[in-house]
Amino acid sequence: MQVKMNVNGKTFEADVAARLNLADCIRHEMDLTGTHVACEHGVCGACTVLVNGEAVRSCLMLAVQAHGQEVLTVEGLSNDDELSALQASFRKHNALQCGFCTPGFITTAHALLSKEPHCDEDRIREVLSGNLCRCTGYVPIVQAVLDARVAYQKAGAL
Amino acid sequence: MKSTDFDYISPHTLQEALQILEQANGEVKIISGGQSLMPILNYRLASPRLLLDLQGIPGLNHVNISPSGTTLGARVRWVDIEEHPMLRASQPLLCAAIDHVAHYQIRNRGTVGGSLSHADPAAEMPGLAVALEGVINLVGPIGNRRVNAVDFFLGQLSTCMASNEILIDIELPFWPRERAWGFSEFSRRKGDFALAGAAVWFDLDKNATASNVHIGLIGTGEKPMRLISAEAKLNGQKLAEYMIQDVAKECLRAMRFQSDIHASEEYRRALMVEMISNAFAQALHPLKD
Repeated sequence: MQVKMNVNGKTFEADVAARLNLADCIRHEMDLTGTHVACEHGVCGACTVLVNGEAVRSCLMLAVQAHGQEVLTVEGLSNDDELSALQASFRKHNALQCGFCTPGFITTAHALLSKEPHCDEDRIREVLSGNLCRCTGYVPIVQAVLDARVAYQKAGAL
Repeated sequence: MKSTDFDYISPHTLQEALQILEQANGEVKIISGGQSLMPILNYRLASPRLLLDLQGIPGLNHVNISPSGTTLGARVRWVDIEEHPMLRASQPLLCAAIDHVAHYQIRNRGTVGGSLSHADPAAEMPGLAVALEGVINLVGPIGNRRVNAVDFFLGQLSTCMASNEILIDIELPFWPRERAWGFSEFSRRKGDFALAGAAVWFDLDKNATASNVHIGLIGTGEKPMRLISAEAKLNGQKLAEYMIQDVAKECLRAMRFQSDIHASEEYRRALMVEMISNAFAQALHPLKD
């Protein structure tokens, strides 16, 4: 089926099978391999992307359902060499070890902070509870997101 | 896992959708947010020939609040309920329960109609539909059908909806502001499916005597249900916290609970007693704003 969507600011068009989920479409058709796939049934959060500004699990959405929508993947969050505020904060706080879950955490946190730049630690923990990390123990991830809030608050004030 | 192959169609009107369902002869699944259906497809527990998407049909995402009650359209999402400016006042028990549904990303896509049609007895929406005496509106080739929530659910993942019908919305009766209510559920991680949950409400007269006691159970393994035997024992009583635990224990003794790697039957039964007690404690001592 013919699909057309905006991905990280560029138009993407392809003929895909109806059963292709958005995560596989992003990885295999668009060659954007930053979006990771682990559980494939909506439990781990590794495949999180933004659709029309909202965080969604791309393994639980069909590519054809994203037709005409705006998709933002982890690649779309930073300029080529420059780290985004969230990335820099993750680096500063050692909020990743193996890094497999990191794209899902970054996209989820980006969606949260874009909408709620003044959220507190409880809210951050609640939102991030939908993402699994087997290395860090979560504490540094929560710290990194808390620390990145100020950049989103400034961006909102502009 | 990847789903089996299927066709996909996204009609623009309800009429068109009904025609497609009629022609598909049962080999079709309706999709909206897909948050229950996609895992089932990925696990190949279902392999429909055709998916019919409701997202292109205008409407179906209405929230109407009136003196006769509240109506939630099938495509209303959990995040829509969470962020609605008036819903928390008009349906406080529903909103408290919906706060526990799934995780952030899923809440952006999961819908009321999807959860009702999926009919998982461990999910909040089916349990609340029964506890609140909701009425579900279906549309089919021969017109509309109103079904009481208690009759809608037939068993685990099973409803009375025919394959050529579409769920339109759910009506919840008017909620008086002074009504007492409480909601309590336990899951290992907030947002996961509940091991046990209870939604309770009742009305108190001038002498603090309870009437209209409703106890909705979530996660009992069969289908969403009320604990009618306990309700009967508590109606007409001056409720006190100490009474609840004994009544709940007694009424749950004969009920079957699931036993699996997450929890034994005995544990789930004890947990349900706890959840009912917590919910009544909340109802009897509501937190002041």
